[in-house]
Amino acid sequence: MRTLRRKIYMIAGYNTISMGSGRKEFNPKKERPGIEEYVKEAGQAVLKQIGGAANVDECVIGNFIAARFNRQANIEGFFPYIDEGLKFKPCIRVEGACGTGALALATGIRSILAETAEVVLVLGVEVQNTVKAIYGADILAAAGWAKERKDGHAYFFPGKFSDRAGAYYEKFGKEKTRKAMAKWYVNAIENARLCPTAQEFHNTTKDLNAQGMAEPNPRGFVDNLNVFDCSKVSDGASGIAIVSEEGLKRCGISTKDAVEVISFGQSEYDITKAPSDLTKLETTADAVKKALSMACITKDQIATVECHDCFTIAGIMAIEAIGFAAHGEGTDFVLEGNTSRTGKVPFNTTGGLVGWGHPTGATGVHQAVTILEQLTGKAGNAQIEIPKDKPFGLSVNMGGDDKTLVAIVYKKLN
Amino acid sequence: MNYTEKLENVTVLGAAGKMGSGILLLTAIEMADLSMKPENKGKQFILYALDISQTALSGLMKYMQTQILKAAEKKVVALRKVYAEHRDLIDNSEIINQYVMDVMSIIRPVTTIESAYESNIIFEAASENPELKIKMFSQINQNNKNKPWFLTNTSSIPIAHLDKEAKLEGRILGVHFYNPPAVQKLVEVIKSDNTKPEIVEFAKQFIKNLRKTEVPSYDFAGFIGNGHFMRDALHGMSEAQKLTKEMSFIEAVYIINKITQDYLIRPMGIFQLIDYVGVDVCQYIMKVMNPYVKDEEIHSPLLDKFMELGVRGGQNHDGSQKDGFLKYEKGKPVAIYDPDKKQYIAITEYAAKCDAKLGDLPKSILPWKAVVGNPNKEVIFRNYFKELNSMKTLGAELAKEYAKRSKNIGLKLVSDKVAYNEKDVNTVLLTGFFHAYGPINDYLN
Repeated sequence: MRTLRRKIYMIAGYNTISMGSGRKEFNPKKERPGIEEYVKEAGQAVLKQIGGAANVDECVIGNFIAARFNRQANIEGFFPYIDEGLKFKPCIRVEGACGTGALALATGIRSILAETAEVVLVLGVEVQNTVKAIYGADILAAAGWAKERKDGHAYFFPGKFSDRAGAYYEKFGKEKTRKAMAKWYVNAIENARLCPTAQEFHNTTKDLNAQGMAEPNPRGFVDNLNVFDCSKVSDGASGIAIVSEEGLKRCGISTKDAVEVISFGQSEYDITKAPSDLTKLETTADAVKKALSMACITKDQIATVECHDCFTIAGIMAIEAIGFAAHGEGTDFVLEGNTSRTGKVPFNTTGGLVGWGHPTGATGVHQAVTILEQLTGKAGNAQIEIPKDKPFGLSVNMGGDDKTLVAIVYKKLN
Repeated sequence: MNYTEKLENVTVLGAAGKMGSGILLLTAIEMADLSMKPENKGKQFILYALDISQTALSGLMKYMQTQILKAAEKKVVALRKVYAEHRDLIDNSEIINQYVMDVMSIIRPVTTIESAYESNIIFEAASENPELKIKMFSQINQNNKNKPWFLTNTSSIPIAHLDKEAKLEGRILGVHFYNPPAVQKLVEVIKSDNTKPEIVEFAKQFIKNLRKTEVPSYDFAGFIGNGHFMRDALHGMSEAQKLTKEMSFIEAVYIINKITQDYLIRPMGIFQLIDYVGVDVCQYIMKVMNPYVKDEEIHSPLLDKFMELGVRGGQNHDGSQKDGFLKYEKGKPVAIYDPDKKQYIAITEYAAKCDAKLGDLPKSILPWKAVVGNPNKEVIFRNYFKELNSMKTLGAELAKEYAKRSKNIGLKLVSDKVAYNEKDVNTVLLTGFFHAYGPINDYLN
């Protein structure tokens, strides 16, 4: 497929609050909303914008692992719970670990391309604060190969990316890399402070850089990352509608309130194999290359990127994988300010995974909602300037340790 | 016998009490960790939890389980390495649960003292009663062929006295944990002239493995911690008595408690601290200390009066505060006991009036919470006490007086040869009482 055979749009985005430590409302000792409440909030908010459930042809929900966090499977069954009008509609749930959200988007896109639907309601959800982080680490480890769990770190995924960070320090120097990781953290929190749904919206820390530079503590955590290098444990849901031209009309939405999806790239890596180079995100590079090639654009036409910074080091490696900097120079790119909100290409303008939050199965959808808001001028205090000659946005969602990848290119209309 | 061999068979006396349960927890974890080292494979480690009440022991075992679980969750990074060979334990949850079981399997709850006859180490955390301690020690010592080492948690009784009366031939050391032992970093270590050096060496290693801070004290009744606290409490009570010439008793207690908490930037006021420790415990410790102190009277008629009235403070089993001088709601003082009316009177009724008497608060005052972990606290305290020094309000005068007295108590502990040096006094107050600054300072010079 060289280009998409139909025009595809995304409209009507919505994010719940990313709930968890850092939010003033969050109290781990008190009962909190269940997964169905998050699904309902996001689902109803999208339906309200697109003229109700009657306009929906199909539904897709992304969820990583509610079967363990919430003892809940078969969660497509929540669509009719959102709205009775969705009863008997075709619904499906997809899963690809932390890359689940964008897999849900890709599934919705395919329904439009296949002409089985003109309007697809896409949601992503994860509610993870049901267990302590140390037990959540067991659950999230399922994103890797189960046979590696036994010899992995107690905090399995931080352990994986700590090894990547260690390899990067070794190859390109620890001091500069740590500085760039801290800068990434500062950018993430400063952006999150501008977005009321962000988990770090209430963050008031004065010296963020000092926090980011804190020396890793291998005794209590991992060798090469501190806790500020990591995205937090989050509860949240995001929703969006994927529509054809006909669907756009049906929902009564003007193109100024929509973005066009001009391409997407998907790529998969063998889950039983270690990366061939710990300092590179090869699968990410492959998915982005496919997406840019299908879009027939270059990276220089991209106004903003939502990348998968589950860890600060992953953000830096993503810069290199996308091609904004050469291998080993992603650190300079960040330190020179290129990824900050006034930089050459602002990354993760509402905080990304580190700042906004990482409700795993929802993250890919959240990224699309953020780009939709930025390209339609609806990002509120977090709004960045979209230059006329750079009408494109890019999202990159990653499942596991660079295993399940989806990159999507969006275009600003009018 | 080396360190590990010594720890193969241990008894904790008074294991179900507040201090005993904490010491049991720390010891059980240390023993379990030793048992899991490859070189100790096949060795049997046994820890007797000895107490008189079966009910209390049942509660203790539940408490142990939850506390060991908490400890395991904190150290799971290390535990994954310990259990690396157990291929069937994969998730953190499986490893944590196995560890809890392994630690629990070392502990034997018992009610008969005979169990202690086979132990190498006896930790003692029974009530602060010299006769009781001596009786248990000599009984165990006469029947135990291992020449056991006695580590007593006494907070006030001279070690030499226990040694002599129980005929332990120097096999005793004071190892005084602070409440609650699982959390508090400080351990006061007290050797008598007769204490065998091997025991001191053992304790050093043990405390280090527990990641606690050791502060040595001379073998003088009350040691450093209670040496300071009891005198500080007596001063607080006598200051309150003085104030009753001009105001009611409850107002005076309110004022002194406020001075010692807010003005002196301490974690709690002196009356709250007395309640925390327990009116009965304070009275008992003073009774133990008093005969050894020649130039002062360590005795409080006010404590006697409250004991007679049945107002005792102390803590419930879940760690919540019982009412004493003050009445507590959700851990915060809300009323003060009036011994004449025999009832608690709400603080809101007289707080404003008392605050007005004390005068304006110093502008640079900060709550203890905001300062205790502040890296700039030295500068903050210097500025604060400078301002306090320049003020003439009743509040400032009382606070200065109190701080000077606290300092003098500390200095006297050094000159009386209770503490080895000034730094040790400050360390005890900083780590054992969570003060944000040591009492021996030059802030008011």
